[in-house]
This record gives sequence, C-alpha cells and structure tokens, in this order.
Amino acid sequence: MNNPNIIKINNLIKDYPMGKKFFRALSEINLSVNTGEFCGIVGPSGSGKTTLLNIVGALDNPTGGDAVVMERNVKRLDHKEAAQLRNESIGFIFQTYNLLPVYTVFENVEFPLLLLKKDKQERKELVMRALEWVGISDKADSRPSQLSGGESQRVAVARAMVKSPKIVIADEPTANLDAANSHNILQTMQRLNDELKTTFLFATHDEKVIGYLHRKVVLNDGKIVDDAIIN
Amino acid sequence: MFLLKLAFKNITHSGLRAWLNIIALSFAFVAIVLTEGLYDGLSEQVRDAEIDSNVGGGQFWQKNFDPYDPFSYEKSHAVIPADLKKDIDNGNATPLLIVSGAIFPEHHIQSVRLNGIDPDQNVINLPASILKESGNINSIPGFIGSRMSKSTGLKAGDYVSARWRNNKGTFDAGDIRINKVIDIVAPLNDRNQIWIPIEKLRDMMQTPDEATLIILKKNARKIYTNSTDWVFKGQDFLLKDLNENIERKRIYSTFFYIVLTGIALLAVFDAQVLSIFKRKKEIGILIALGMTNWNVNFLFIIEGCMIGLFSLFAGVLYGLPLLYYLAKEGIVLPLMVQQSQFAIGLTLYPKYGFNLFIMTGVILFISVIIVSFLPTRRITKLSPTDALRGK
Repeated sequence: MNNPNIIKINNLIKDYPMGKKFFRALSEINLSVNTGEFCGIVGPSGSGKTTLLNIVGALDNPTGGDAVVMERNVKRLDHKEAAQLRNESIGFIFQTYNLLPVYTVFENVEFPLLLLKKDKQERKELVMRALEWVGISDKADSRPSQLSGGESQRVAVARAMVKSPKIVIADEPTANLDAANSHNILQTMQRLNDELKTTFLFATHDEKVIGYLHRKVVLNDGKIVDDAIIN
Repeated sequence: MFLLKLAFKNITHSGLRAWLNIIALSFAFVAIVLTEGLYDGLSEQVRDAEIDSNVGGGQFWQKNFDPYDPFSYEKSHAVIPADLKKDIDNGNATPLLIVSGAIFPEHHIQSVRLNGIDPDQNVINLPASILKESGNINSIPGFIGSRMSKSTGLKAGDYVSARWRNNKGTFDAGDIRINKVIDIVAPLNDRNQIWIPIEKLRDMMQTPDEATLIILKKNARKIYTNSTDWVFKGQDFLLKDLNENIERKRIYSTFFYIVLTGIALLAVFDAQVLSIFKRKKEIGILIALGMTNWNVNFLFIIEGCMIGLFSLFAGVLYGLPLLYYLAKEGIVLPLMVQQSQFAIGLTLYPKYGFNLFIMTGVILFISVIIVSFLPTRRITKLSPTDALRGK
C-alpha cells in the first residue's frame, strides 16, 4: 500500500443527543494509524474509546470531521459500502465475544467467509487454519455454550482473522478473561500481527493489554491526551 | 442461498419459539380448511338432500300454486294432463296434492298442510310406502316428520282428528292415524305437514286424478306438457331461496376464516417482534460481520416465510389424514343442528376441494410474509452500535 496510514482521523467529533442537548463523546480527534501497528486506545470508562472504534469500524458515523479507513471516508459510506468495508477489510473482537449461539465454532468462524462468497473447500481450509492459529481446532464442532470464556474469545479472534483483514478492531478483548487467558489471547494476537502484518486497534483499560501494545493513545473525556510509541 | 441456509439454521436451532409458531400456524391452516370444508360439505349436502327429498329434477306446478300462500292451495289443483300422466305411470314423476287443513292434537287446533303422495312412488326420497299400512278401517293412514311430532306431541300409533274443506267448499273431517314418525331430511317436508295417500286425499277433496304439483325424478329426461294449466319450475328456481340462505350463512364461515387467520398471523407478528427484540445483539453482530441492514432484514423475512412453509407442511402432514378421516366418516351432528331449518342428514361430511387447500395455503403464506415483513422494517433503521449493545 502506498499510503502507510491505514486509518487517518481528522478533527473527528461525535455528539450524542441527550434530550434537547448534545453530549460530546469525541472532540477534535486527530489520529493516524499505520499498516501493521499494534495500537491501543487507552482510557477510563466513558472516555470515548468504543465510540472511536465504532466509527473506525464503520459501525457509526461521526458528527464532524473525517475518519478515513483504507482510503474510504466512513462519513460518506452508505449502508452497503460500510458493510462491504467491514466485510472485506475489518475484523471485530468484542468484550463479550458475541458469537452466534446457534452455530458451531466452525460455523461461527466460517460466517465472514460465507459473506465473502468463498467456495466450500476454501472456506474449510481457511477456517481450520484460523482455528489452528488460535489453538482450538479440536472444538470445531462445539457450540459457544460449551466453551469457556477463554475458548470463546479465541473463537472470536479466529472469526476476526479468518478472512485475513487489514484491520482488527478489538474492544476490551480481555475484560471478561482471567490473567492466563488474557495473556494467551494477547500473545496469539501479537503473533498474528507479526506474521500477517494485520493492524490491530484496541480499546482497553486493562494493564495486561497495555503491556503488549506498540503504541498507546490515551483518551480522556473524548480527547486524545497522550500518544506514545512503546518500545 | 446463503441466507436460506442461515434462516433454516436459525429456525431449527431456535428451540420452542419457532416450533410453537409453526404448530399454531399449522393448526390455523387445518382449522380453516376444516371449517371451510364443513361449510362446503354442509351446503352440498343440504342441496343434495333438498333435491333428493323435495325438488327432484324440477316440478310442474299448477299455475295457481304458491307455496308461500296457503290460501292459494284451494284453487291450485287440476287434472294431470295426459302427457305428464304417461311419465307418472312409468315412474319418471310423481304427483302431489296439497290441501290446507287443520288438526286437533291435545285439545288445540293447528293449521297443517295435508300432502297427498303416491305410496308406491320412488321419485323423491320419502318412505311413502308407510302409508300402505292401515289401522282402523275408517281412519286415514298418515306419517309425519320428527319436527312435526315434536311440535304437536303426536307419536306413532296416535290418532288425530283433521278437518279440511273439499272441492265443493264443504268442511269435512276424519281421523288420521300416524303410522310412523320419520326423520325427514328436508324441513320443508316436515313442519306443519301430514303425509297421506294421494288417492285418499283426492277422495276427501272430491278431486279425482288431480294434483297440485308433479315432481320429476332427479335425473329423468326432460318432460314437456302442452297444458297451459301447468308451469315448469326448474331446480335453479326451486333452490333459489336455499342457495341465497346458504350464501347468507357463509358470512359465519368467512368470519371464522378471518378470525383463525388473524389469530395465526397475530402469533407470527408477535413472535417476529419478540424475536427481533430478543435478537438485537445478534443483528448487531451480523451487521458488524459485514451484512447490510437489508441483508439482515431479508434474513428475518426468509425465516418468516420458512415458518409459513413449515407450518403448511406440518398442516398437510397431520391435517391430511385427519381431514380425510372426517370426510370419510363424517361428523355426527347434534340434535339441535339436525332440527335446523336446513335439510341436513344425521352426519355431516366435510368436502374439501383442491382449490380450498391451495387458496388457504397461498393466503396464509402471503399473509405470513407480510406479517413477517412489517416488524422487520425496524431492522433497516437500527443503528449497528445500538443493536450490539442490545438497545
């Protein structure tokens, strides 16, 4: 890619209506994220981390400013284009795993590939590879209700990674995990970042996650108060 | 194809909720077909019974005869023309002489219609041969229907005094012996009527060879007469009132149709609304994974359609044997219905046409699609972030 900025945010504002007034969740955010970065948005609850991630993930629209992701301005995307961007280029990992309960582990991971209309054989290969990445291939036929929290989050990581997205957005991925599982998941993500050069963007206030980040952007009251590269 | 598979999986894995919907809808389907089948069966049975026991293949009426005006009976009899007599003799028609009279059961007076019928006739479904039995040599053999028996208190073997006015205008009287009380299918042949032998009635009236009307055999060839005293009334004319009555009563079956369909659709609508409410987070996940709102909307519509299809399939699966059994064995009617104004037999046989199945299926299916679509419209307006939060 010619442009190293996979995510470029300029003067981003997000307001939420509160009765007759507005609550400003994000205020004049300027941020650039390069391809392959392992970057975390850090801050206390209510600081605007999830809001920022939702806009970058084309799940929400900014009130003002621009969020350009993969050279596409989120503000100008219609429903279909936003879905296409998410489908082709972005993987999501949520705090509560958000696996589809009626599907097996295999089917959950396969789902993004079905949307990409991959053929059956290719889907099978990609899903099994993703499950092996996260070390859970033996649970392919299990249902989410049969998995532990750590295993569920691994499935969520596999689902996010199976289509080899350019960006993975992880919103508090370790919030529901114990220390061992948290480290395990983070190591897996770090390995994927190294091997596949996938850009990871975290929202977290978990110290364990912060320890793995290459870059830490600190958000407070909807404003960036610090942006530091961590060696 | 992908959405179809997805919808199928969602339904098959969604537990009791979807299956309850399917059962409720299939029950509505079977109930609607049964209700309509009962009504169609009833209508056909009533028409057939009316033709078999009353209307026949049409009737020749003496030109003055008006069935709704008992005062017309006095002048509405004439000698049977030779061309019609020929058909009566070879069993293609039977004459009926109708006279107004009165009986005196249990010390009160009651107006009746005395029907003179040939005890050997086989034209209409009425066991006139009962009239061959005679009790007291001076009495007039007669029979009545169960409705008449109930209203007068007359039973088999009873004698009842009857009074009539003969052709000369003279009042005359005699005793009628009720040989038998029978179940007369057509109420028009029952209420306020006593059946006696036509020759006897002719003697009583001093009207030899005369009749009021001549009933033709159901499937007899067309019969003509040159006499201007007799007017032919076809089945269409004779069944006109009945057909109108049946059509008026169809409003009840239509009402049931609408109520049953409405209940079923309400269940689907309710389940869809609940489903969308309950699956908001899932909707958010699907959108986050790359589905458009419209894709998700379409997925829910497909699920609704599948529920409709599964319901029809389930309805056919358990409904067909049940409906077939009822059509074959019939439904025994309660006494109240048997004694209604319609000519209904003791057993009602539902009748289901192929069109009834198809039309009911199509109407239910289309309604389910519409009802599934209505609540899903809100998905298209749903914010993915709100959905993910389950808001």
